[in-house]
Amino acid sequence: MPSEHLRRDVLRGVRDGFPIGLGYFAVAFSLGITAKTAGLTPFQGFIASFLNHASAGEYALFTLIAADAAYWELAAVIFITNMRYLLMSAALSQKFAPETAFRHRVLTGFGITDEIFGLGIAYDGWLSPAYLYSAFLLADLCWSCGTATGIAAGNVLPLNVVSALSVAIYGMFLAIIIPPARRDKVVAALVLIAFGCSFAFSVLPLVSGLSGGTRTIILTVALSSAAALLFPVKTEPAEGGAGA
Amino acid sequence: MTHNVYVYILLAAAVSFLIRVLPLTLIRRQITNPFLRSFLYYVPYVTLAVMTFPAIVEAVQVPLAGVAALVVGVVLAWCGAGLFPVAVSCCATVFLIEWLARIL
Repeated sequence: MPSEHLRRDVLRGVRDGFPIGLGYFAVAFSLGITAKTAGLTPFQGFIASFLNHASAGEYALFTLIAADAAYWELAAVIFITNMRYLLMSAALSQKFAPETAFRHRVLTGFGITDEIFGLGIAYDGWLSPAYLYSAFLLADLCWSCGTATGIAAGNVLPLNVVSALSVAIYGMFLAIIIPPARRDKVVAALVLIAFGCSFAFSVLPLVSGLSGGTRTIILTVALSSAAALLFPVKTEPAEGGAGA
Repeated sequence: MTHNVYVYILLAAAVSFLIRVLPLTLIRRQITNPFLRSFLYYVPYVTLAVMTFPAIVEAVQVPLAGVAALVVGVVLAWCGAGLFPVAVSCCATVFLIEWLARIL
């Protein structure tokens, strides 16, 4: 009964995409205010957000538009701010059944964001493209509409509401990483060490000057390599892949 | 030289697209190398943890509210609450503490 599975996966995607969409709307709204200062119209903001769907990357995009930067400069900055998606994409590749069609790999790849990636990792067993599509579409539409609304409406949402909604995304991250940390002591220790290093990197001289995206890459590569060397995972290379 | 906003947007979209899609399409099979497998197993947890803290504290107006949201989120997720309840509880915590901070 493939259609029954499809229905269930789509519904599950909508359910999990909804809280992401709520958080996205609020964050994108404040991003829209930045886009407005760069002179974008609500339509341009919608397109930019629908196609890019990356908060740090879009923030860089809007500030570079405002600065009338060179095209090559934009390409380089976007590459650096979004480089963490290379790692996420590589990790997700292990969650797909090997026979997964090329078009599904391309389309789910297009949909990778920090949060959609989180959903993909939390999914038990081989990843269902339908699940990620529905979660992504819902979340990305909220993201795009949030940006357009932010440009059009400016400061209608009170600051305390924006402030409260902005932590929704981090709450979801916690809901993804804490349950596996409870089951696996290595993951638990790794999460704690990652919190500590991330904090240290945000205050120490030199490294704190790096962008958030670059710090994420450096810490991810360093800590994951160390954990992989010290505590190799023994799972069979069959069902499940990374995470699960 | 004047730049076109749509060229900027499409260029950024194209670079982001390639970054997101290339590994997924190039790595077609299960990796068997134990180091790489373990590395990719740990990557998501480290990435998400690094992005969560201290960002959760910096995202809000009153830092203490961010710390409280972190604690509430960790405790609820540890007890098995799902994505939505954890996210909403974190938002409510921030809203409440920032409201208290204003009236006290």
